[in-house]
Amino acid sequence: MPEAPRSGQPAPKGPNWEQADWTPPEEEKLIQQELSNLKAAVSAPTTTLKMMKECMVRLIYCEMLGYDASFGYIHAIKLAQQGNLLEKRVGYLAVSLFLHESHELLLLLVNTVVKDLQSTNLVEVCMALTIVSQIFPQEMIPAVLPLIEDKLQHSKEIIRRKAVLALYKFHLIAPNQVQHIHIKFQKALCDRDVGVMAASLHIYHRMIKENSSGYKDLTGSFVTILKQVVGGKLPVDFNYHSVPAPWLQIQLLRILRLLGKDDQRTSELMYDVLDESLRRAELNHNVTYAILFECVHTVYSVYPKSELLEKAAKCIGKFVLSPKINLKYLGLKALTYVIQQDPTLALQHQMTIIECLDHPDPIIKRETLELLYRITNAQNITVIVQKMLEYLHQSKEEYIIVNLVGKIAELAEKYPFVLVLNTVDTYAPDNAWFIQTMNAVFSVGGDVMNPDIPNNFLRLLAEGFDDETEDQQLRLYAVQSYLTLLDVENVFYPQRFLQVMSWVLGEYSYLLDKETPGEVITKLYKLLMNDSISSETKAWLIAAVTKLTPQAHSSNIVERLIQEFTVSLDTCLRQHAFELKHLHENAELMKSLLPVNKSCEDMVVDASLSFLDSHVAEELSQGAAPYKPHHQRQEEKLSQEKVLNFEPYGLSFSSSGFTGRQSPAGISLGSDISGNSAEIGLKETSSLKLEGIQKLWGKEGYLPKKESKTGDETEAPPVSQESIIENVDPTISKKDPSQVLAQSKEEKEKQLLASSLFVGLGSESTVNLLGKADTISHKFRRKSKVKEAISGEKTNAHNMTRSSFSSPTNVTYEEDYYLDNLRDRRDKELEKFALSAELLGSESLAEPPLVEKLSECRRPAPSLFADDMEVFHPPRSTSASLAGESSLASLLEETTEHMHSDLTEVCNTETMSLSSYKIWKDDCLLMVWLVSNKSGSELEGVNLEIAPAENFKITEQPGCCLPIIEAENTKNFQYSVQMEKPFTEGNLSGFINYQMMNTHAVQLEFSVNLSLLDFIRPLKISTEDFGKLWLSFANDVKQNVKMSESQAALPSALKTLQQKLRLHVVDIIGSEGLLACQLLPSIPCLLHFRVHGDVLALWFRSSCSTLPDYLLYQCQKVMEGS
Amino acid sequence: MKGRSEEPWPGGSMRFMLLFSRQGKLRLQKWYLATSDKERKKMVRELMQVVLARKPKMCSFLEWRDLKVVYKRYASLYFCCAIEGQDNELITLELIHRYVELLDKYFGSVCELDIIFNFEKAYFILDEFLMGGDVQDTSKKSVLKAIEQADLLQEEDESPRSVLEEMGLA
Repeated sequence: MPEAPRSGQPAPKGPNWEQADWTPPEEEKLIQQELSNLKAAVSAPTTTLKMMKECMVRLIYCEMLGYDASFGYIHAIKLAQQGNLLEKRVGYLAVSLFLHESHELLLLLVNTVVKDLQSTNLVEVCMALTIVSQIFPQEMIPAVLPLIEDKLQHSKEIIRRKAVLALYKFHLIAPNQVQHIHIKFQKALCDRDVGVMAASLHIYHRMIKENSSGYKDLTGSFVTILKQVVGGKLPVDFNYHSVPAPWLQIQLLRILRLLGKDDQRTSELMYDVLDESLRRAELNHNVTYAILFECVHTVYSVYPKSELLEKAAKCIGKFVLSPKINLKYLGLKALTYVIQQDPTLALQHQMTIIECLDHPDPIIKRETLELLYRITNAQNITVIVQKMLEYLHQSKEEYIIVNLVGKIAELAEKYPFVLVLNTVDTYAPDNAWFIQTMNAVFSVGGDVMNPDIPNNFLRLLAEGFDDETEDQQLRLYAVQSYLTLLDVENVFYPQRFLQVMSWVLGEYSYLLDKETPGEVITKLYKLLMNDSISSETKAWLIAAVTKLTPQAHSSNIVERLIQEFTVSLDTCLRQHAFELKHLHENAELMKSLLPVNKSCEDMVVDASLSFLDSHVAEELSQGAAPYKPHHQRQEEKLSQEKVLNFEPYGLSFSSSGFTGRQSPAGISLGSDISGNSAEIGLKETSSLKLEGIQKLWGKEGYLPKKESKTGDETEAPPVSQESIIENVDPTISKKDPSQVLAQSKEEKEKQLLASSLFVGLGSESTVNLLGKADTISHKFRRKSKVKEAISGEKTNAHNMTRSSFSSPTNVTYEEDYYLDNLRDRRDKELEKFALSAELLGSESLAEPPLVEKLSECRRPAPSLFADDMEVFHPPRSTSASLAGESSLASLLEETTEHMHSDLTEVCNTETMSLSSYKIWKDDCLLMVWLVSNKSGSELEGVNLEIAPAENFKITEQPGCCLPIIEAENTKNFQYSVQMEKPFTEGNLSGFINYQMMNTHAVQLEFSVNLSLLDFIRPLKISTEDFGKLWLSFANDVKQNVKMSESQAALPSALKTLQQKLRLHVVDIIGSEGLLACQLLPSIPCLLHFRVHGDVLALWFRSSCSTLPDYLLYQCQKVMEGS
Repeated sequence: MKGRSEEPWPGGSMRFMLLFSRQGKLRLQKWYLATSDKERKKMVRELMQVVLARKPKMCSFLEWRDLKVVYKRYASLYFCCAIEGQDNELITLELIHRYVELLDKYFGSVCELDIIFNFEKAYFILDEFLMGGDVQDTSKKSVLKAIEQADLLQEEDESPRSVLEEMGLA
């Protein structure tokens, strides 16, 4: 081995690696040489473990320099396995540096770790615990868990400490697996050794972060520990620069912060110690400031106490005014945390903030901007945005640009709203400001910014604000500013910006007086001819030109454009050009298709392309294969792969001659039947090899016999048999037509066979669903066409073309539109529902008619009401305001109108009881809390607050805010809850305060469980709409669910789904059902299911990627559970 | 302006630690979050550039990608830790200092060469001090005790295994 730097040796002879002017090529040569030597060394049988240790160290070094040493990974594991202690230590180190958590080689280490954990040698145990806490495969945790648990009782504190940390690691990667040992963590918290106790705090911090309410009882212990630490009761060993255990202090402060948040009672327990911490930290050392910072953060996070806040604010002042730049930075950071609670602090330090804004260190500047961003209001917006833009222009790092651009756009879009209202205000930025700011955002943010920004901007512009003339001015200004920008020579704008421009110009150029659309078209045409513009942008540009063409007087340019792009190599552009060409030929049609300023009008999109029906029917009747969407073909292919191939190998149905004659659809059909395309390839090659040999014997035996068997199955005439035999000889590639016919017949039958054999495997249900749903929707379509004959096909066609011209990236919007339309049309379709309900009945589903079912669901209502009536009606003499009464009345209406849950008590005291129930309204979940005063005297200061929860948007309903409840009376608090992102179960917690006459205030906490199902509503759509939606959704999930015996029939399964999951039954076709629902506010989810024996094949589709999974889970629960 | 997300990630408070020289040579790297090899190299290269370009009087903290970077220069070596945006930068700075103190104590006025030639020792000390990115022990004495006890075995290297096992650490 050549010389290399090594431990314990003098500096190496030969080339010095560490020389600063070392040139890369030489280094590379040297290391490559070293690596090849090492490669030989590690695999040589003569290499001892001691030498191996040496090799490992060198390999680590090489990897650090950026070279690949993966050949040594396995040897690192071996070294950890076989070496003595020192070698083992290096082996473990190498493993921890080389491998990552999911590396497959790591599994080989598990045995070694298990062995070492059982060792009597402390060093070995320590090593094993160290590696476990660094990298350990999650699925192997059970193998070592009991061993590590045992170590919690070990006599040596170092072992106990490491065991706790290893368990902490497990808690992070697989919390479920360590749940049972929570009680042991408590023991670790009380350990006599400070190190062990400190280690356990990591776990507690994490657990409290996940669920703070579960650990409130430990607050006292944490406070005591912190008191002891602050009071200097720990061994001096733990001091750091004469500050007692700073890491421990910080960890405790973080824990207290989580516990005391929004909880007055818990917070009160910690005020003393926080005060003490603020006071103790007098030493002028970084570490005391670190603790102070944490302490200030905690003081501001827990339930406020003015005295403490004052002190904390003073502390922040110390930071902000410090000449030390690090402290100043933290001061700014602290300000950003607290500024929303205490805006006066910003005023106090305004001069410092202004100074920091021009600080030479960009990080200080940036933190200052972050601070300003949080105190933005209608008055200071222009200045702050100006500052942000300045910083933006200097930034080069993509991350900063993306972030800053997002914030500027957010502010800009937030404030025109406010300011349009009070334009009298001299500070108010005008529309020009908004457009100019956005121009800056687009030109700097360009193609890295979040795509939502241009989309939002365009939507804002199109939808407008409250005042139509203001809106028009805004649009006009945008158009003018873009035209000016486009006039500047030799400036390149980002593609996204150009797209925004072209959309705006296309839509709103009509607002211009002087500049005729023709001139705008000329400008757009110039851009189109520019090579630096992407074809996506060009599509936007052509769309804009198309919109402008009907307004233009002369069409020379347009014609030139058509000429240019109808021969474009880009198919998309060519398509657009052709569309433009055809529209251009019919000026009247074009004008009606492209009306001015109608971008926000809802349009009905005929996504099913129903106007092609007759064409499709014609083709089908002529024997064309039915169309299958791409994903379905894909799925079929996949499922076919798993299926055993029953065909004899020698028989090649799919020789090139055969496939060559089919239409494209036919090819996919053929390949689906005989296996995937790869298999076809295989067959072809194998038959090629046999060329010229008469094929009598195949792998399955004598061939003619086999084939006649196939013949029998297919009941094909003898002719085809012969032809198949002929076909065995691949030299004969021509076939007579009858054979093709026979084959296709055979295929059809096979398809049938397959569909009955592999039911529920996924692909098959596709065939049925789409096949049948199609025919059904045809029927419906005919009907609806008759009905809506007036609106007729014209509008359909109109909308079709129109949609193809609307901006290419707005697909999502269209989907939304679509949904809105569906909802609008719901009423009309109610008639149809009555019809379909009848249909359902006639199909003897043994299912109660819709109306009856609904009333069934509401059955608890009367009893609840009987209770409520008394409680709800306050005596007229009470001071209940009008609003309160009306809300009561409306509540009553609501309860009768909507389904609701039973009344359950969530908490109570002697004097008061709090109950709640859910009302499943159409547009939200309404949570109602009833506070009833059980005592004989008044309750005062009644206040109910719901803590903001991560996944929910909670809005208090007006009209229930009287803080006094009369004796023996009840008051209700209503909150409407919306779900922000799908989840299975969530928790809504809050507290209620009240005060009895002349006594102290009482605060009670409570919480209510919410399930996904609380936010699911039936989506009432027709089969036709179902089909359209189904095709437009990209996210799907399939699963076979076993049903419990009681459910194992279609009607009962249907009933369960309908009642328990609130799905709407769209249609039932044979043993298949179509159901639809929506997650509030408007995320649709469709379900197709099919019953087969006791298996329910479920197939969900939605526009939301996670919703199907969650719904599936709920489905499984109800189907298996009941 | 920064990723102050509350998203939990599986690991301690630190994402990674780097030691590199003024010349931009990596001396030590410890990753507490699984990162692909390619990404690591890219991040190291980028971060070194950013840190080396900083002027001496500037703040020791940096916003870099979605992370906060805390760095400090000791002689020719830069110590550099990446943490989450909402973490405490100042205590991380002290953590670096404590690590340097430990190295100093162990090597006896440590210099860059000590770390080059004994980098595995530097790793051992780091592992004893930080476990999975969290401070394991704030007591300097016990960290060094653990390292020294493991090192003691070096002298006994040649002695048979059973004796070693007998000895343990007791």
